Amino acid sequence: MKSYVQIENVQMSFSTRQGEFVALKDIDLKIERGEFITLIGHSGCGKSTLLNLIAGLLLPTDGVMLCADREIAGPGPDRGVVFQNHSLLPWLTCFDNVYLAVERVFGATEDKALLRQRTKEALALVHLSHAEQKYPHEISGGMKQRVGIARALSMQPRVLLMDEPFGALDALTRAHLQDELMKIVAATNSTVVMVTHDVDEAVLLSDRIVMMTNGPAATIGEILTVDLPKPRNRLALATDARYHALRGGVLEFLYQKQAKEAA
Amino acid sequence: MMKARKFFAEHIFPPLLGLGMFVLVWGMVTQTSENLPGPMKTWDSAVVLFSDPFYQNGPNDQGIGWNVLNSLGRVGIGFSLAALIGIPLGFMIGRFNFLNKMTSPIVSMLRPVSPLAWLPIGLLVFNASNPAAIWVIFISSIWPMIINTAMGVRQLPQDYLNVARVLNLSEWKIFTRILFPATLPYMLTGIRLAIGTAWLVIVAAEMLTGGVGIGFWVWDEWNNLNVEHIIIAIFIVGIVGLLLETMLVRIAKRFSY
Ligand SMILES: Nc1ncnc2c1ncn2[C@@H]1O[C@H](COP(=O)(O)OP(=O)(O)OP(=O)(O)O)[C@@H](O)[C@H]1O
Ligand SMILES: [Mg+2]
Repeated sequence: MKSYVQIENVQMSFSTRQGEFVALKDIDLKIERGEFITLIGHSGCGKSTLLNLIAGLLLPTDGVMLCADREIAGPGPDRGVVFQNHSLLPWLTCFDNVYLAVERVFGATEDKALLRQRTKEALALVHLSHAEQKYPHEISGGMKQRVGIARALSMQPRVLLMDEPFGALDALTRAHLQDELMKIVAATNSTVVMVTHDVDEAVLLSDRIVMMTNGPAATIGEILTVDLPKPRNRLALATDARYHALRGGVLEFLYQKQAKEAA
Repeated sequence: MMKARKFFAEHIFPPLLGLGMFVLVWGMVTQTSENLPGPMKTWDSAVVLFSDPFYQNGPNDQGIGWNVLNSLGRVGIGFSLAALIGIPLGFMIGRFNFLNKMTSPIVSMLRPVSPLAWLPIGLLVFNASNPAAIWVIFISSIWPMIINTAMGVRQLPQDYLNVARVLNLSEWKIFTRILFPATLPYMLTGIRLAIGTAWLVIVAAEMLTGGVGIGFWVWDEWNNLNVEHIIIAIFIVGIVGLLLETMLVRIAKRFSY
């Protein structure tokens, strides 16, 4: 069976003032349908670059990228993106931010009432029905991030791409959103690729953790399969020996094999 | 009670004191001069002037209200035409780099030229003073609108464009949902600068072209040696300018995100 997302021999270089800069090299990755993948690695190794390649916001300088057997030639609504800084449009209400996406994907085939219903459902999914008519500057950081997630989910993308979606949030809000994300993903059986800095988050959420070597010319160092049963509960995992072994594996990769002097 | 007192002390008293001192200095300076009227004389003259602002005694003798309205009308027309052309042009220059490179030497060269230098061209082309004055307003207010609109488009955050790309929005949707609202604050800055310059320039232009208008009125009163009226005109121009500015700042505030 063919994988859902296939990345073969991909290289990405940027032309900079100092000449060619090779950010990613020899990237090979296959992602199955319904899989939850996290990308982890030290800052600047190229996680965002890899995510943007899958999103189609960047095009690789070499190699092949396929999604559902089609070459990734640019961004498209089949790959929903949750941006690191939420990227809501400040002049639109939360409702209208999501509606813009819904309208684009379903506007050709469905009438307005249905589009509005979809929008409401997406916002309800992240528990934001009460904030529909608020503007982004009127809601908290965690709520903005949830609107961003609702916007991405509302398009019913084949793949959900998230760049450190919870990076800027406090620990409590982050835990809360992780739990919600796990429920949503379980309910919709989405394929997810998520960039994170957080080892616990990676182990808690992933089916596989893709660990990247340090740049320049970063590549995939190791892939760790997380075979903890789902649904997962963070409290139960806290005393689970397998959880700690996996966590130790990621930490060992990051701080021994790819140890980096404090920047 | 305390609050009202504090408000008075912080917000009402300082400007009142400033104005009071201004009038005092004005009074003292004019004590020593026999040509310059003092505050009292000017006030009396203003009371007479404003008691009948809309009289009409033929084309060259009309009430102060008509003069101000005529000037505002010219500014309005010239300014609207400039907005009609300048803002779309600014959008295109901001969006298409080629166009930007094409027009930037022209804009940079013409922008610093005093608007009044364009008056003879206007007189020559239109053969009439009124359209020539409007033309000068047009030319003086188009630059800030082009430049600020283009700058707003160019400063559009990459994030918003990425949203547009991921959603694969049509050019029209990009314009109405992203480009236009993101640029609006810059556009309003351009409009504010433009209306400020336009109001500065109209007085000078009317002095040269004549007709009914606050600028010509100043010139006329100078010929009549009615210095009180000239001083009143200075106040009127200042206050109208202030009102225009305040109005646009209010509008701009509504659109800052
Ligand atoms: N447009 C670009 N032009 C030049 N170099 C770039 C560009 N984008 C990224 N890079 C370089 O590629 C490398 C990887 O960047 P990337 O943003 O993917 O890192 P990251 O792993 O997401 O880091 P962080 O965890 O800090 O977000 C960095 O060295 C960066 O300087
Ligand atoms: Mg990043």
